[in-house]
Amino acid sequence: MSTGGGRGRLTPYLIGLPGGLWLAIFFVVPILVMLSLSLQSGNSEEGFRFTWEWSNYADAWEFYHTQFVRSIVYALIVTGICLLLAYPMAYWIAFYGGARKSTYLFLILLPFFVSFVIRTASWKFILNDQGIVLGPLKDVGLLPEDFHLLATSTAVIGGLTYNYLPFMVLPLYVALERIDPSLVEAAHDLFASRASAFRRVVFPLSLPGVFAGVLITFVPVASDFVNSGILGGTQTTMIGNVIQTVYLTNNDYPLASAMSFMLMAALLVGIFVYARALGTEQVMEVSQA
Amino acid sequence: MSNPQRPIDPALLRGMTMPRITRRAALRGAGLLSASAALAACGVSGTSEEEQPQAPSFWASQTKAGALDFANWPLYMDQDKVGGKVVYPSLQDFTKETGIKVNYKEVINENAAFLGKINPSLKAGQPTGWDLIVITNGVELDKLIRQNFLIELDQSKLPNFQKNADPSIKNPTYDPGNKYTLAWQSGLTGLAYNPKLTKRPITSFNDLFDPAFKGKITMFQDTTDFPTLTMIGMGIDPAKSTEEDWKRAAEKMTELRPQIREFIDNAGEADVLSSGNAWISMAYSGDIYILNNSGSPDIKFIVPKEGAALWTDNMMIPKGAKHPLDAITYMDYVYRPEVAAKLAEYIAYITPAPAAKQQLQAKAAKASGEDKQTLDGLIESPLVFPTEADLAKAKRYRVLTVEEEQVWNRIFQPIIQS
Repeated sequence: MSTGGGRGRLTPYLIGLPGGLWLAIFFVVPILVMLSLSLQSGNSEEGFRFTWEWSNYADAWEFYHTQFVRSIVYALIVTGICLLLAYPMAYWIAFYGGARKSTYLFLILLPFFVSFVIRTASWKFILNDQGIVLGPLKDVGLLPEDFHLLATSTAVIGGLTYNYLPFMVLPLYVALERIDPSLVEAAHDLFASRASAFRRVVFPLSLPGVFAGVLITFVPVASDFVNSGILGGTQTTMIGNVIQTVYLTNNDYPLASAMSFMLMAALLVGIFVYARALGTEQVMEVSQA
Repeated sequence: MSNPQRPIDPALLRGMTMPRITRRAALRGAGLLSASAALAACGVSGTSEEEQPQAPSFWASQTKAGALDFANWPLYMDQDKVGGKVVYPSLQDFTKETGIKVNYKEVINENAAFLGKINPSLKAGQPTGWDLIVITNGVELDKLIRQNFLIELDQSKLPNFQKNADPSIKNPTYDPGNKYTLAWQSGLTGLAYNPKLTKRPITSFNDLFDPAFKGKITMFQDTTDFPTLTMIGMGIDPAKSTEEDWKRAAEKMTELRPQIREFIDNAGEADVLSSGNAWISMAYSGDIYILNNSGSPDIKFIVPKEGAALWTDNMMIPKGAKHPLDAITYMDYVYRPEVAAKLAEYIAYITPAPAAKQQLQAKAAKASGEDKQTLDGLIESPLVFPTEADLAKAKRYRVLTVEEEQVWNRIFQPIIQS
């Protein structure tokens, strides 16, 4: 395969270079700047100086631990609901979608053609206290007059689930679609019930999809700020909202950077534990099979 | 057109194009740019700079240039359409009288964004291209003054201001002695409510604690308005408040929090009040005037008996202005009652020259039909011409040093973003 020449050995690196540079410039450098900022003290007018200001981290936790914990809890709930909703959907498209598979996938992606903010804001319209859903239900007397969905955790979790569902469907679909249906037939031939064929053949083979889906749902949900901002109320603020305000409005860069790093650390630890628990190696092997 | 002066409710359009958050509290983040300086250095460089004090002979050496470059907010000037072209009648009058041609541009959409554009010139001591700009009192304005980026006004050139300015906008806390700024228009931050839903009049900040209103109250989400109104409600003058007061206010706010449904955009009160999602909301006077004239006449704006907060958009001359004498001439010109009346009629915020009211009354007496109705409504509206009792209760916002701002935010942000 290899030509044995110097150029041949260099080729993979050259191919990776543009992407690598991109990440280095727009990810690694800002991360280092943020890390440095999180240990600085000062203010936006007189400037910030690097002083090993570890108290930024202590302050961040003291002021905002509620929002921090809340974000993780929301992300867990949303990821769970997304998985439950997306799995049957992806399963059905993969095994029973037939010739229309791509149409169904397109339908799932269709909402992406409308701005994220507009879609979330339309929830606000639909769930309005006297709106098209709650209004009639209240008129009929099915709901008490002061019942409301907006400005509650339910609304925020609902909005997050809605917005991130496609991120769960797609990796699940990719994993399920690659499973050879004849494997399921073979399981049946070996006297497996439908349930055990699923449990022992299909589900384990789809694990890489579950792994990827959970990751790319959980991480952005934990740091989301749009849904809570639009649909939330007084006790639903997520850490993303706090970071945004502290950074952009209050210009308290050290505090905001410290919070970003704490969030990042929490997510990385969580992912690491999760990967170990699920057995990444095994997952990766399966995905190569 | 039957009513060429008001093709579309200008105040409404302004409300839509210019949400308050962009004007007052938002984006103090010109500093974002300076954050990127951290790439080069270990720290983020500040913006303070030592500047020469203004020479005493500055004004004596100025001459009329016959030109004025004026930057303002959208729909913040009376306008008319002549042959499809927008013209500004009061500016035309000004030109006719003084010979000063006004290059008027409505280019300011956000305090911070606009200042971000001209800041590099100011720092470099170069002309910004503007002789007159309009900035809301608040952190941005404090910074301009602190960094010595504005031209000190010659008070002897402001006879109309001295004579006609409302006492409430003279000598404001953010600019003692009107050393650098004169008010353009003002507004009140108070409470608005829907009497049909509350089923009783709201008169006091303490009414918010009524258990019947649990989850039916909204407040602005910036860190300035809610603490300020709370302090006023507790009988503390925010302008003179101390860190101890802030902590007490924070406790009060935490106590009130279960009553609050959500924290809204600074232009969001019209939305939550008209939809009925909120029964009571913190509100800007001008926004409620607009709301009353665009489909929700029931909503009432009140100045709580403990008081309300007063904010002001201000005219000022940036350093390096090429035509400062022309600018100060115009600044004084708008304090003539007839000019103020013309502006008030179109803008519908609080005019800085209350004598404008008599001018409008005289005009209303001569008008008839719909015009008269509109004018009478404007004159009688306490939102445009607040009563003296209301203005007496109006308190100013606290001027924060940059260190105090950090303390303030660290006390109040966790309550608002709970």
